[in-house]
Amino acid sequence: MKAQVTILLLGIACSAAHATPPSQLRAFVASARASVIKFFEWFGEWALFCSRLTRAAFVPPFELRELARQLDELGSKSLPLVAFAGAATGVVLSLETRDSLLRFGAKSLLPAVIVFSIIKESGPIITALVVSGRVAAGIGAELGAMKVTEQIEAIEAAAVNPYKFLVATRVCACMLMLPLLTLAADFCGIFMGWVANTLTDPISLRLFVNDGFKAVTFNDFLPPTFKTIVFGLIIGVVACFQGMRTQGGTVGVERAAASSVVLSSLFVILADVLLVRLILILFP
Amino acid sequence: MAPMSKTNEKTQTPIHVKGLRKSFGDQTVLNGIELEVAQGETLAVLGRSGTGKSVLLKLIVGLQKPDSGTIQIHGQEISGLSLDQLNQIRKKIGFLFQYSALYDSLTVEENVEFSLKRHTQMAATERKECVRTLLGSVGMEQDLSKLPGEISGGMQKRVGLARALALRPDILLFDEPTAGLDPITAREIEELIVRLQKDRKRASIVVTHDIHGARTVSDRFALMDHGNILAQGTFEDLQKSQDKFVTQFLNGS
Repeated sequence: MKAQVTILLLGIACSAAHATPPSQLRAFVASARASVIKFFEWFGEWALFCSRLTRAAFVPPFELRELARQLDELGSKSLPLVAFAGAATGVVLSLETRDSLLRFGAKSLLPAVIVFSIIKESGPIITALVVSGRVAAGIGAELGAMKVTEQIEAIEAAAVNPYKFLVATRVCACMLMLPLLTLAADFCGIFMGWVANTLTDPISLRLFVNDGFKAVTFNDFLPPTFKTIVFGLIIGVVACFQGMRTQGGTVGVERAAASSVVLSSLFVILADVLLVRLILILFP
Repeated sequence: MAPMSKTNEKTQTPIHVKGLRKSFGDQTVLNGIELEVAQGETLAVLGRSGTGKSVLLKLIVGLQKPDSGTIQIHGQEISGLSLDQLNQIRKKIGFLFQYSALYDSLTVEENVEFSLKRHTQMAATERKECVRTLLGSVGMEQDLSKLPGEISGGMQKRVGLARALALRPDILLFDEPTAGLDPITAREIEELIVRLQKDRKRASIVVTHDIHGARTVSDRFALMDHGNILAQGTFEDLQKSQDKFVTQFLNGS
């Protein structure tokens, strides 16, 4: 019986070896080759996109009216959402930290902990992620829809550079608005942190602010706020790139919007890791 | 390539395409197209959907690059031009897209004003006046502040036409000008095209699969199939053709 099973297994193994014909291998090689080509094509497109964007952003004439429209579209319309997210972060920080500090008998440090947490990290990253969700999806979908409905080709046919009109304006708007929105998130977070704190343990706003900002220096405040310019660059560039290379009708638009959000959020988080380290080195 | 003088430019054929080939991957879309359009002439490029008619127009305006062959606009070869040089050529060409391709975020007025603002030195009041005149010529002067999404397909075509005419181009390219429109609106658009052609003698190419419409607006016809021009000439010339596809196309419509 054992011998029969062994022979049977050997037979299966032999037939399997014969059934792994060169055609399967060829298919695997072809698929791997296609993936490698696609990968390099992506990089090629990316390089081309960046060079066109750089030229469009620095060579006049500039589309200032469109930039102003984008500042309004991306900035002021994101303000309520960013303010709300900042406020919620402040409340959560206050409630969570208060409990922890009470255990260590360090309740008096609560204002400083809230202020430092918000201005150094929570404010910038929350703002960037909220903007990434709202704005990157919007840009990806808008440019994607323009691409599939030939509007971008119509701009080119009208002898206008679409990178100047559509891409540079959006990227610049993202870079300019992110620090301002971060300030709004910081303000709302600190204010709501005080509100949440004072509801359980009343403290005057003046005392809260004095305690919170007592040890804050410009190095604690400016670099984290200005690092959001890089976040804005990432959000703008990723969303515009995904939008401008959209193909395949409404499915392509949906894909561009989704990938804009996912990739920009991911790159913002990765950039944050590097920037935090860089800030610690440059501004010890 | 050195820029050409204006007098020399006028004597050259506005559109001259020779041996034009274009493929997307393994699929050959244009396979050696040859055509010429004279000043004041309208050529209708007919053919079934997906035979490369729209690609031909996009190649002529430089939105895509050909694999081989030459495209001369007023005697100037466009492949190999820098973007700035190509843009100078594009300013002489008006393009009406298949689905109008109006800019969604801009109003009707801003859509027509788009090129004028960027390529002319007109003062704001003069520009607005020009936009109103252009929109008036296509019967759209009442809807200046509407967004493209708020007007019908036929109205979008009219605005697209006004936008294409904004820079007073010498050449007009129409990609399916009546596609997706009801017969009455389609006839109105055709009459509009004929009237605009009469007002100023331009070289035009109308890409369509609507033979009746093509006969209304065109002087000459080219019938395309599988990337080749099977027959070219007046409608009577096409009717005399012995080619099976030509006969089938003309009779089947």
